[in-house]
Amino acid sequence: MTEPVDHPAARALAERHRLRIWEAIPWLLALGFFFAFPKHLGFGTELLVTVLFAISLDLVLGYAGIVTLGQAAFFGAGAYTVGILAKQGIWHEPITGLLLAALVAAAVGFGSGLVLLRTQGLTLLMLTLCTMALLEEAANLAHDYTGGFDGLDSLPIAPLFGRFEFNPLYPTTQYLYVLAVLFVCFVFVRMLVYSPFGQSLRGIRENMLRMHAVGAPVRGRLVLCYTLSAAIAGVAGGIWAQANAYVNLGTLGLDRAATVLIILVLGGHGRLYGAFIGAVAYISLSHFLARIYPTAWQLGLGLLLVVIALFARNGILGIAAALRRPAHRAAS
Amino acid sequence: MSTPPLLETRALYRNFGALAAARDINFRLEAGARHALIGPNGAGKTTFVNLLTGVVRPTTGAVLLKGRDITGVAQAERVKLGIARTFQINRLFRRLSVLENVYIAVAERVGAAPSMFRPAGRRRDVVDESMRLLETLKLSGDAARRISELPYGRQRLVELAIALGLKPEVLLLDEPAAGVPSAESHIILDAIDRLPREIAVLIIDHDMDLVFRFAERITVMVSGAVFATGSPREIAAAADVRAVYLGQASRG
Amino acid sequence: MTFGVDVASMLLGGVAAGMVLFIVSVGLSVTMGLMGFVNLAHGGFAMLGGYAIALAMRHWGFGFVSALVFGFVLTAAVSAVLERVLYARLYGADELDQVLFTIGLVFMMIASVTLLVGPENQPLALPSFLRGQLDLGILQYRAYSVVLIAVGVVIVAALWLGFERTRLGAQIRAAVDNRRMAESLGINIARLFTITFAFGSGMAALGGGLGAEFLGLDPQYALKYLVYFLIVVAVGGLGRVTGVFYAALLIGVLDFALKKYVPQGGTAFIYALTILLLLWRPQGLFGARAT
Repeated sequence: MTEPVDHPAARALAERHRLRIWEAIPWLLALGFFFAFPKHLGFGTELLVTVLFAISLDLVLGYAGIVTLGQAAFFGAGAYTVGILAKQGIWHEPITGLLLAALVAAAVGFGSGLVLLRTQGLTLLMLTLCTMALLEEAANLAHDYTGGFDGLDSLPIAPLFGRFEFNPLYPTTQYLYVLAVLFVCFVFVRMLVYSPFGQSLRGIRENMLRMHAVGAPVRGRLVLCYTLSAAIAGVAGGIWAQANAYVNLGTLGLDRAATVLIILVLGGHGRLYGAFIGAVAYISLSHFLARIYPTAWQLGLGLLLVVIALFARNGILGIAAALRRPAHRAAS
Repeated sequence: MSTPPLLETRALYRNFGALAAARDINFRLEAGARHALIGPNGAGKTTFVNLLTGVVRPTTGAVLLKGRDITGVAQAERVKLGIARTFQINRLFRRLSVLENVYIAVAERVGAAPSMFRPAGRRRDVVDESMRLLETLKLSGDAARRISELPYGRQRLVELAIALGLKPEVLLLDEPAAGVPSAESHIILDAIDRLPREIAVLIIDHDMDLVFRFAERITVMVSGAVFATGSPREIAAAADVRAVYLGQASRG
Repeated sequence: MTFGVDVASMLLGGVAAGMVLFIVSVGLSVTMGLMGFVNLAHGGFAMLGGYAIALAMRHWGFGFVSALVFGFVLTAAVSAVLERVLYARLYGADELDQVLFTIGLVFMMIASVTLLVGPENQPLALPSFLRGQLDLGILQYRAYSVVLIAVGVVIVAALWLGFERTRLGAQIRAAVDNRRMAESLGINIARLFTITFAFGSGMAALGGGLGAEFLGLDPQYALKYLVYFLIVVAVGGLGRVTGVFYAALLIGVLDFALKKYVPQGGTAFIYALTILLLLWRPQGLFGARAT
């Protein structure tokens, strides 16, 4: 066996998946929030679910480069899975319920991905949009199961581990439950993006033609990535339905799909932690501003998007990286 | 019984509507060959490369690799069988490092790419092989740099590195030095010079200096068909080739 | 007989709606085909134009026709400025950046109109000669719908002539088919883009005004019908005037008929049809097959 090559680039690649100390910060903050703001745990839960949803989008958009406007299709699929099963009295247990939500969303992702991902660009964008709109319409039509426009509320969700109740007024259980699920999903996605599979997704994002020319089964990889992303979005939707004990058409709408896109891009896509930064920035601002000055909030948000698209293509984390890079270069 | 050539096409036709982009092409590439494919613009050289790599299927005719019919074999499978190519215009992973670019190709070849549950860096075999390949191309100094930060000439070298990472038996070089400023072109030429002899190389180019420097055999294509094949000396001496092609190419 | 009348009236209503869809969407088709730009703000220009027309009539004493002209000119001018200053920076950029930029722009349009005019629906009073019924022999029909159809036919004929018979039209077609080739022929692409973009936005404004009678006109208009406009463009093919026309008629009639006979699920049917169609022909029903 030959000696390993000792080169800074090789070492950087060999070690890039190692945990950094700062990676503990978001989790410590999330735990700190639990103790510091017991009155705002509902807000915190919403925030954590949004992070999870944005991470699912990051996998397809940030890593595989699939521009989709239909990610809420999977969020909604997960949410309605939990909602319908609970309302019909079929399934109440939360953790297995999430697994079912992931399964259903993954099936939707796999089925639609299999046909949609043959296309690219504008057509793909349209198709993701249409698929989501179709699901929304279907949910609206299946009134007997989905509650139609009004949705399903007061979902009977069993206590976690048979012990911890989901109390809508004091959502301590919800908060910790969502945090734990987010952690598990995050660890999974982190592993994925640093794996050779994740590297090949970046390759597809950067140059699909070349990936074909190196013999990669591009479509298969994309469908797999899309399916996994859908499963995680389904978990996010399912847990959202469990935490709020309701589900409505809004879980499937363009609004939700556009919002999560904005959040991810605001934080920085293709960067793992962009979802955290974006969700904190967006949800906090919208929580305080949108209630008081909804129109000004929309105006400011629009301006922000325009500025990001024109000048700061990689969001908050992208700006931070750009500020750091010249220093790096001077040092090397 | 003679051994079949490494790569062979038999009576290959390809029509795009009324246009015959490939007409009755019978072509042989021998093991270890240094073969050049020349011809005026629109002669069908790119179509021919696409037919060999499986991007385009022939209307009729067959492509054979070591005597095996691979006409129906998909592009990705042909790569695994040992046919690699570079592109006339760089098709690189622009926002990734040079090392990552090569890693992707090597990982694909050794079957590491589908792996999801271990970090890419843990495949030291892939990292090391990629690094060594960069060393042989004198690119290791740039290994950590993004493609988008490299001068064009060095980007062309990465094109070559990715193809070599696939350990091909047949390497198709589509205008390898295209767009490279003349001051940098020697690094490409040197790299082609040093290609291992066990790789059969087919260079598609306009650049007569490059073609006559490397090629031991030249095929001239005109309007979708093979016009002449021979040694460089035969091709240079053939009056009709000069008339249809070399005369026009004096600019290059 | 009644069935025949039913079908005729359904066709008229659907075709009238289709004309509005066409007038709004044709600009979107050309910008997407010509510039390869994902312009999600196109509905915003229709909304702004509709507002300009409604306000001009109510507050500034314009008649219906002159207000339409005013809305067209104003929207075209505003969009020309935006195209030069902002859009042009993103030609050739990632789809994601274009999507974000235009979503941001729509948000700003919606918020600005809400702040300046208010969130409520703007009634657009039709002049008396357009109200009431018109006797078409076999049936009485709303005069406005008949006029809309006539206007639509005139516009599509004019656009077709402009596209097929003028120098500018030839340049646009050349640039849609092969931009590099067009550039090498000495066509001033930047100017061409600005002109087409402004014209397309102006058309959207016209559509916003003409369609306000049955689509309504409030700030959310900019996003509410966007999926419909996009579907028309996707079905009709990028950069194809006649394709968009047929697609708009098809969708208009289909939507009208489905809403009448299958009030539940009509929209879902259109989405499903669009998905199937795009999978079958990604370039749209009437678009040229990409090579």
